[in-house]
Parts: sequence; C-alpha cells; structure tokens
Amino acid sequence: MNKDVSIKVCMGTGGIAAGGVEVMSTFEKALASVGIKAVVQKNCSMHKVGCRGFCARDVLVDVIVDGAKSTYQYIKPDMVERIVQEHVVGGAPIGDWLVTDDYHTFHDKQVKVVLSDCGEVDPEDIDSYLGRGGYEAVKKVLTTMTPQETIDVIKASGLRGRGGAGFPTAVKWDMAIKAPGPKKYLICNADEGDPGAFMDRSVVEGNPHAVIEGMIIGAYAIGAPYGYVYIRAEYPLAVERLHLAIKQAKERGYLGKNILGKGLDFMIKVKLGAGAFVCGEETALIASIEGKRGQPKAKPPFPVQKGLWGYPTIINNVETLANVPYIIRKGASWYAAMGTEKSKGTKVFALTGKILNSGLIEVPMGIPLKEVIYDIGGGIENGKKLKAVQTGGPSGGCIPANMMDTTLDYEALSKVGSIMGSGGMVVLDETDCMVNVAKYFLQFTQSESCGKCIPCRVGTKRLLEILTRITEGKGREGDIELLESLAADVKTSSLCGLGQSAPNPVLSTIRYYRDEYEAHIYEKRCPAGVCKDLLSYSILEEFCKGCTACTRVCPAGAIIGEKKKPHKIIQDICIKCGACFETCKFKAIKKG
Amino acid sequence: MANLTINGKRIIVPDGITILDAARRNDIYIPTLCDDPRLEPHGGCRLCLIQVKGMPRPVTACTTPVTEGMEIETTNEQIERQRRTIVELLLSDHPNDCMICDKAGDCTLQELAYFYDIRSNRFAGERRQYTKKDLNPFIERDMEKCILCGKCVRVCDEIQGLGAIDVAGRGFTAKVSPAFEKDLNCEFCGQCVSICPTGALMGKQSVGKGRQKDVKEVETVCTYCGCGCNVTLHVSRNEVVRVTSRPDTINEGWLCVKGRFGYSFINSPDRLTTPLIKKDGKFVPASWDEALDLIAEKLSAIKEKHGPDAIGGLSSARCTNEENYLFQKFIRAGIGTNNVDHCARY
Repeated sequence: MNKDVSIKVCMGTGGIAAGGVEVMSTFEKALASVGIKAVVQKNCSMHKVGCRGFCARDVLVDVIVDGAKSTYQYIKPDMVERIVQEHVVGGAPIGDWLVTDDYHTFHDKQVKVVLSDCGEVDPEDIDSYLGRGGYEAVKKVLTTMTPQETIDVIKASGLRGRGGAGFPTAVKWDMAIKAPGPKKYLICNADEGDPGAFMDRSVVEGNPHAVIEGMIIGAYAIGAPYGYVYIRAEYPLAVERLHLAIKQAKERGYLGKNILGKGLDFMIKVKLGAGAFVCGEETALIASIEGKRGQPKAKPPFPVQKGLWGYPTIINNVETLANVPYIIRKGASWYAAMGTEKSKGTKVFALTGKILNSGLIEVPMGIPLKEVIYDIGGGIENGKKLKAVQTGGPSGGCIPANMMDTTLDYEALSKVGSIMGSGGMVVLDETDCMVNVAKYFLQFTQSESCGKCIPCRVGTKRLLEILTRITEGKGREGDIELLESLAADVKTSSLCGLGQSAPNPVLSTIRYYRDEYEAHIYEKRCPAGVCKDLLSYSILEEFCKGCTACTRVCPAGAIIGEKKKPHKIIQDICIKCGACFETCKFKAIKKG
Repeated sequence: MANLTINGKRIIVPDGITILDAARRNDIYIPTLCDDPRLEPHGGCRLCLIQVKGMPRPVTACTTPVTEGMEIETTNEQIERQRRTIVELLLSDHPNDCMICDKAGDCTLQELAYFYDIRSNRFAGERRQYTKKDLNPFIERDMEKCILCGKCVRVCDEIQGLGAIDVAGRGFTAKVSPAFEKDLNCEFCGQCVSICPTGALMGKQSVGKGRQKDVKEVETVCTYCGCGCNVTLHVSRNEVVRVTSRPDTINEGWLCVKGRFGYSFINSPDRLTTPLIKKDGKFVPASWDEALDLIAEKLSAIKEKHGPDAIGGLSSARCTNEENYLFQKFIRAGIGTNNVDHCARY
C-alpha cells in the first residue's frame, strides 16, 4: 500500500477552463506553507492529469492518502486551504465537497481502455505513463513479435477504425505491408472536426504517450520509418503536450534511430491543420501535409497504394492507435471479448446536448443506447422528455426516442440510418425541432464543403436553402420529396465522405419525423416551438395579473399594459425571443 | 491489354488507361466537364460516374483505371438521373444568359442542358455574384459562369508551369483566383481560355465579334517563331476574330500569348503591305523587285569598298528554321562573313 499523499488535479481543457491552473498552484502554495512533508511525515506529490470524462463537474481533484482515493468536484482555489487542512493534514475528507453518487453511476457502466490512463497519468511526464505499464507493448513487439505477428494480434482483436468508417485496422496494415515502395508513412489523424466532438482531443491531451506508442507499433508492423500526426491547430494544449511527449519519447529511446536497440527507425512529425473539416478526409489530409489546398482526390489510387509524397501511406485515427498498446499488452482475446460479433472493444463518445451528465464516456460496443442515456448520462435535463439521439456528427443521423434499444455498434447504427462516426453523441429533447437540427448540421457541412465537386458544393447549398425556407414558414408542397431526391443524388454522386454523408441528417430526420416537416410546410407550425418565424407569443388575459414582469424583460418594448391589468403583446414589434415566456410566473404567456 | 465490357460490348484496350479513355476509343459517350486527356484526371464534375460491377458505389470514369474483366455500365436510369441533377445544380448557380453569351453554341454546359432537356430548375436559389475587374487586354473572366471544373488551374500548373491561379475559398463561395484575389497578372498565354468549357474565360478581343457558328475556320501556321505551332484562325466578315489550335496538332493545341492573342496586326492600318524605299527623306512604296535590287546593289558596293566583314546579318525569331538556315548561308557563303546572329540567341 502506498503510504504517500498524492493530489491529482484535472488539467484537461475542461479542467483548465474551470480554473484548474489556479487550483493547482493554490494547492502547491498551501502544501508548502504548512510544510506538508514534515507535518504528515509522508511524501506528498502534485500531479496534473487529463480528462476523466465528467467535465461538467470540473475542477475535479483526487486526494489519495495511503492509497485511499477521495474525489472532489467543483473545486475552486478558495476551497483548497480547507482540503489541505482537514483532509491532507487532518485525515478527514470533507464530505460535502466530495463527488456525489451520480459521479459513480456515470462511471459504473463504462469500460475504459483508451481512457483507462486518462485522468490517472500526468500527460506531461513520461515516467507517469511508464509507471502504469507504458511502452511495455513496444518492448513486447520489438523483442518477441514479427511485424506479421503484430498484425495478426490486431486482426484477432477485431479492432476497427475509430474515425468513422470502421474499416478493420489489421486489413489496412496488411495492405501496407504488402504495398511495394522504397518508404512508407504512417499518419495519425487527429483532425477531429465534428461539432461537439472532443474524444481525440481528450486522448491526446490526457495520454499522448499511448498515441505515440500505438504509432510506433503500427510503424513497426507496416515498416514505416516516418510518421505524421495531423492535428488541429485549434487544439493548442493537445499540440503542446504532443510535442512534449514526442521529445520525451525521443530522449528515452522510444523514437528515433534504432529504437530500444532493436534496429527500428521511426520519427514523428507534427503537422497542424488550418481548420478545414474536410482535411479529416484521408486524401485531403495528405494534400494538406504536402502543402497543397486541402481537398480530396478520387480513389483509387488509395493512400495505401499512393499516399503522402506518392508513397504507400496508412492513416489511422487517434483512438484506433491509442487502443493498440492496450491490445498488445493485454492480448487480442481480452479485447475481442468486449463488444459484439462484428464490433469489438470499446468506443469513446462525447456525450453532449440536453443530457444531465455531459462529458466523455467510453463504453463497450453493443451497449444499448438507453443505458448510455439514462444510466451513464443520468437522463434528460430539467425533467424534459427525450426526443432523439444524434450520433455520428454532421455525417450521422437521428435515432428517435422509441428506438433506444438500438445498440451502439457499427452494424446496428447503420441499420437505423445513422453511423458510429468518430463518436459525437448529441441528445435532443422535446424542445428541439428536427427540421432545425437537420438545418444546423447542413449549415456546418455546407460551409465546410471544399467546393471541388458539384453535388457537394451546390447540392448541400440547395439542401440548406430548402430546409431554411421550411423553417421560415415558406416551405412548399413537394419540398420533402425534393429534399429526399436531392439528398439521394448528393449522397451517391459526391466525391468524398463529406458530401456522401452530408445529407444523412436530412434523410434520417425525414425518415423518423416526416410529420414535423409536414407541420412546418402545410400547417406553418413548428411543433417544438423553435422556428421563430412560425412562432407567436400572446398573453392569456384570464391568467395575466398585470405584474409587469414581462414588460421589464422585453428587449423590444413589445408588451404594453397598465399595472394590475392584463397586458398585451404587439405582434409587429415582438422579436419572439421568448424572454416574457420564461419570466411569467402565472403561465399567462401562450407560445404557439 | 485488358479485356472488358462496356454496356455489354466486349472491348480490348491497353492496360492502365482510364475507363473514360477506353470508352472514347470505342466511341462510347460519357459526359464530362472537367476532363481533358492532356491534363491529370480531376474527378470533380462527377458527370462521368459509371457503375462497375462489384464496386459498391458508382466511380468516376476519368480517374478509374481499367482492369482485366471489368464490367462497366455507362448509363442507366439512376446514373442519368444523377447527371441530370448535377447539370441542374450547375445551372441553378449560373447566369443562364446564353442569348447574349459569346460562348453560346460552343459551350459544354449548354450542350448538357440541351441533352438533358432542362427547361426549369428545381433548385433555383442564391447565385454567386462577382464583379468583373480584370484590366488586362487579353483575358475576360466572368466568374459567375465558372463551374469550378479546375481545368484552367490545372493547365496553368501542369502545362504552363506557372500556377498563376488556384481555387480560393470554400464550398459555395470557392472561386478560381490569382493570389490574394488580385487582378490577373500572368503571361496571358490564354491556355485557360482555350480549355474553359463555359463562357467564364474569354479572349477580350473576341467579345461581340461573332460566335462559333458565324466563323470560318482557317488552318495555318503561326508566324511568330520557328516553333511552327498550328493555329486555326476564326474568321468572321473577313476579319480574324479569334485564334485557337486543335489538340491533334504538333503543339497539342497549346499556344503562347503571341500566337493566341497577337493577331490584331492583321487588320492594322499601320501594317506594311509593300516595301518602302526612302527617297528624298521620305518612305515611298516600292515593288519587291525594286527593293531587292536596291539591297543587292548596296551590299555589293559595301563589300567591294570595305570587304565582307563590314557587313553583318541579324535574323529574326519570327522566321522559320529553314529561313534562318538560308539567311546564315546567304551571309556566310553569299557575302562571305561570319558576322551573323539571331535575335533570340540570348
């Protein structure tokens, strides 16, 4: 049993945003001022750790005394003094500040592989990773396995690409090993661009060495002496930690020439993306690294035949690569035991939207959606009703509330018209308008289209225009059919994955919520009360007490009336912001 | 050689060529807006999408190489529906002013609209609006008519080696542009004009001078230099209104700024049509016999008085190789000096 005191402060992006840096420095000062080592007669160490998933509760702080871990939530710098005095020195945890039961239910149904060390290791310290078995997998493959055996283990584990398409990783590596070429490249795709997705970001920020270790193993398997990490420049912390981790790995002989004296040469360069979503597409990503305009090319030739600078190239997603060291260490059968027949292992999701416990989760493949929403996510915010779950980001689809038995695996999701994608999961409740949701995602894909191919460039624009006019109450008869027809053509004729999947949100919302589209078009009504142009607010005279609360919050001055007498909304002036509706205590404002 | 079938017809084509190339060689029509056999395949217009048996989704004929035993379908109901949608989408973002467009009758987009019988447009919506601002005398760019096929970008990069233009911006607002959206300032070779499938790029001197159906095409050889590029003069009402070149010529249809745009001298009032001899301080028109006699007389006199090395000859790059050969022969053997040079030597 470890007799020391160790304090871990969450310093992922969420932790830092909530004040992690200040909490950390306050702890350091407080410990120094009490002369902690002399007082408790123990070694006391501070660690910054990466994301542990429950970002809504940041800053999260672990205080581990004699191996007993207490986790505090919502920690602010002014709370640190008391924790040090009562807990670290006094030995009594402060019950009120500890995480509550829902913190544990949030974690109970999760199975952590990729994230198992996130929140535990200090991402800026290679020794911390080594202490938890880091780089053991590299040692294992280099000393006891051939490249083909390495690929065979990955094949037996059933690992599939976590970037979205779910292509079997071992098949990809196998093609690369067979591809002729004087040199090969391995690229780690960290160009995570889906709105609301932060899986790869958290992994790189929380445990960059796992990604590097995965890359070394991949490089060994396919025979690539050079690697690139293509990462978004919008992830400064991830970039910084990645650079640091590469430097540390080089110093320890895990990167560079003759790795661990076993004759393997492998170097990693970091290339920053300039913020184009389409650069997550393989061929566009390669063009971007080559310094060209980031736009996709037709396949074949596939990158594995002719990739970066014309050489055979393998591109794997961050999460895929981060899985690799754990599979090598614990064995293929351990990994393959999790998940379904065709989708093995676990998947990280960024759980966001109208969910109580939003954050980063890792669940075994095949888990029913309802367990994620209700057990891990804790249900819907504010007691509202669940309407749908959107998976797969802008390329994905919406799964309606009555299909929450759907399991989370590649096959089941595609069967219901959605995709796994890279792991975005947005929860929608009864106050979300599905036409508006489709419009939101189309806005994103339309502005991120590179413009190379016509169906995507003009097609997504027209889809968006039709959706916009429907939400503005200008929808015409036949618009639904027009959307379906155009969406189908854009899907089949676009050049790359962006255009091919951009219509998915439209098609899946029409499939399950056709009645909402019809209400917008034929009844000029938005059932969820979201589309402003189809909304009006009025005051129910019988309930209005004339308290004037609404007149005071109305930013447009649209509400008139004398005190203690029923008020009235002037429709021409009303901007439909809903402020009066939110304010009225007597339910006298009618929305509809 | 690869054996394959296209629409059930068995054909044999060389290995490694694209499906589009294979179809063309066998006179099978596949529409395209962005392909040119002289450029790298682009795969952007998506009109040449065809179905290959065993492939999960349609592929572009312009980028997919043939393989042994391939079974290809170039047309079916779904493919034609997609092609029609693509053309319709393009026309929804096009001025559609064919009635006053110089390119009418010679425009691939117009041909496709005709072929697919697109009368009304299901997708009418926002159109890109650009202001023309090119101040150069050669190339008129009407970017509202641009369909972003990328041919101009590729020809400038791959053939001319310049890269004066590229695609800027994203998605619907992507456009072909010189660096930093500045005014076009390049060699003005006009290769881009020659390859543009729509009226987006036109020669300024040709605007309003007659459409393709109005011109008589006259094949000739460019007189500007010894390269001897084949040119086609487009003549309307006894005036050269445009110069082009056919892809099946020795110069593969490529020309330089002089050959393509330097034709206004033909009808220039300042153009010399006879030799001029200076008499009493004034140039007076003369016959060739008169002029050549005078030259011979003067050269002989100088050679007689000062020796052949007092004479030097300077020839022109506008002459053919044969003419230059004859000229140096004349100076060396006829006059007897090695004082002969050529304007393009440096």
